[in-house]
Amino acid sequence: MRRATWSEYQKDIADDKYYYARSCIRQNFFPGSERAFLNILSKDLGKDILDDPAHSSCTGIGYHSDIVPLETIMTVVARQFSLMNEAGYENFVTSCITSFGIYTEVLATWEEFPETEEKTRENLYKATGREFTKPKSLAHTSDIIFHFRDLIADKAVRRLVNRATGEPLKVVEHIGCHYAKIFPKSGIGGSEFPYVLAGMVDSWGGECVDYPERRHCCGFGFRNYLVQANRGYSIANSHKKLESMAPYHPDFIVANCPGCTMFLDKWQYTIAEMDGRTYGENGHGIPVLTYEEMAGLVLGYDPWELGMQMHQVDVEPLLDKMGVDYDPSAKYLGRNGKYIGKPEAAVVNGCSQDFIYDIKV
Amino acid sequence: MGKYFDMLMEDVRLREGLKSCMNCGVCTGVCPAAEFYNYDPRQIVNIVQTRDDDQIEELLRSDTIWFCGECMSCRPRCPRGNTPGYVIQALRTLSQKLGFFVESEKGRQQLALKRTIGENILRTGYCLVPKLIAPELHPEQGTVWRWIYDHDEEVYGRFTPVYNREGAGALRRIDDKSLDEIRRIFDVSGGTAMFETIERHSDRKAREMGYDGATQEYMMRTFTYNSDNEHD
Repeated sequence: MRRATWSEYQKDIADDKYYYARSCIRQNFFPGSERAFLNILSKDLGKDILDDPAHSSCTGIGYHSDIVPLETIMTVVARQFSLMNEAGYENFVTSCITSFGIYTEVLATWEEFPETEEKTRENLYKATGREFTKPKSLAHTSDIIFHFRDLIADKAVRRLVNRATGEPLKVVEHIGCHYAKIFPKSGIGGSEFPYVLAGMVDSWGGECVDYPERRHCCGFGFRNYLVQANRGYSIANSHKKLESMAPYHPDFIVANCPGCTMFLDKWQYTIAEMDGRTYGENGHGIPVLTYEEMAGLVLGYDPWELGMQMHQVDVEPLLDKMGVDYDPSAKYLGRNGKYIGKPEAAVVNGCSQDFIYDIKV
Repeated sequence: MGKYFDMLMEDVRLREGLKSCMNCGVCTGVCPAAEFYNYDPRQIVNIVQTRDDDQIEELLRSDTIWFCGECMSCRPRCPRGNTPGYVIQALRTLSQKLGFFVESEKGRQQLALKRTIGENILRTGYCLVPKLIAPELHPEQGTVWRWIYDHDEEVYGRFTPVYNREGAGALRRIDDKSLDEIRRIFDVSGGTAMFETIERHSDRKAREMGYDGATQEYMMRTFTYNSDNEHD
């Protein structure tokens, strides 16, 4: 029944020749994942993907904080399309879920209200002298990894399996709200039964956990995190999800949205510092991965080259379960192996709770 | 009667987001903001569809319209095809245009958002950059973030050849020609005017509240103050 529902929501994903747009949050917190995406596409799969230095933020965080008007973001999006045209590409791929939602919303708005497209063309021309044609296809980077999941499985050096027991790893897959809640037909599997991450987990030998709050928002809530006074909203919603998934003992969480991946990681730290509560095994947090990190581990990439040392929750318990070879002493090195010290200990990584967190600073 | 409703209808998101609401409350049932705040999106949509100017103006001046996180979880669940999140976006835009946002604690926070995210977009071409996420203002980012922040050149240097420099890669410096295009887009499409509107009304309100205008001190007050944390 569920599979039949998923199959109703499919979309065409281009096989090659992509114009890549980076994500503000991901390049800050997961630059190794963006690099891994480009490497997997170009080196492992032999695809043509352009990382154009002239593109900018879509300004989506500003739009969803209501300081950037709709007319402005539509014009910024139009500029990105113009750059894609100029570079000779037709398939637009975005690394960010907020951006993916923005591009789908802008294209749908132009379709529904053609006068807004006309106005955008005028604005773009007036501001930059540019014109544009719309992309032939639009995809999120997780769509692309999903599209090639079986090719990745063919090249796998390990699977999402507990090496000691031979059992599939239990995976919580979290889909960013703006992937398919705004336009369900734009996401693989739609909004209620998205298959984009579950399909990767299935192909690579893991097992997804179904739990009550599976589709609940991570709690980013734009202004509800960005303004310090409002952060209770954000942590409260992450807390609700974490409490809901904990009884199912997931080995890790994987998310396809930059914010979700970061918040589910960082709020575990904060909850542990505040209350001493941890959600993983042996007093540790649950590791939170991007789908590129998950794909990279399957393909045999080094975890520190994937940037997994930038997570707050230690990933070593997961690496050990999967049988990943890694050098513990290389984790916190800078460029060219330079020693730059390491982060302070934290309750979420099994350190004892020796102070009460002061939320007001 | 209907003056504000007509103004809202100029926003395509209102036309797309509000057909007719039957008050079933599914939106409220799935809403993360309703989990946390005394907040009911169903009621907001219902008030807007009454077209009553007094009630809509009260909304535009209230904290209520600023609780939503714009996750859009309400959109696919509404059996009548409404999108309360779009209604909220239209209300917030109008509240800022009319200067009503400064009449509520949550609305006044728009100044902090404009000065952080907004100005960063015009300065760098990104909504955020590592140095904007100062650990002192973001204690929840944890010990690893502090380590990254303190050693940014070294940590990012492992993943990008162009940290703060021009070229292709993560966290590159966007070239001046591209940044000029972004700024001109803001000028011609209403982005700059929106920023100026937020500043102008914030300055007026700050003076009314006893500050010497929309100073850094006033902005930080909007960023940090939460009256729900005050206990007698």
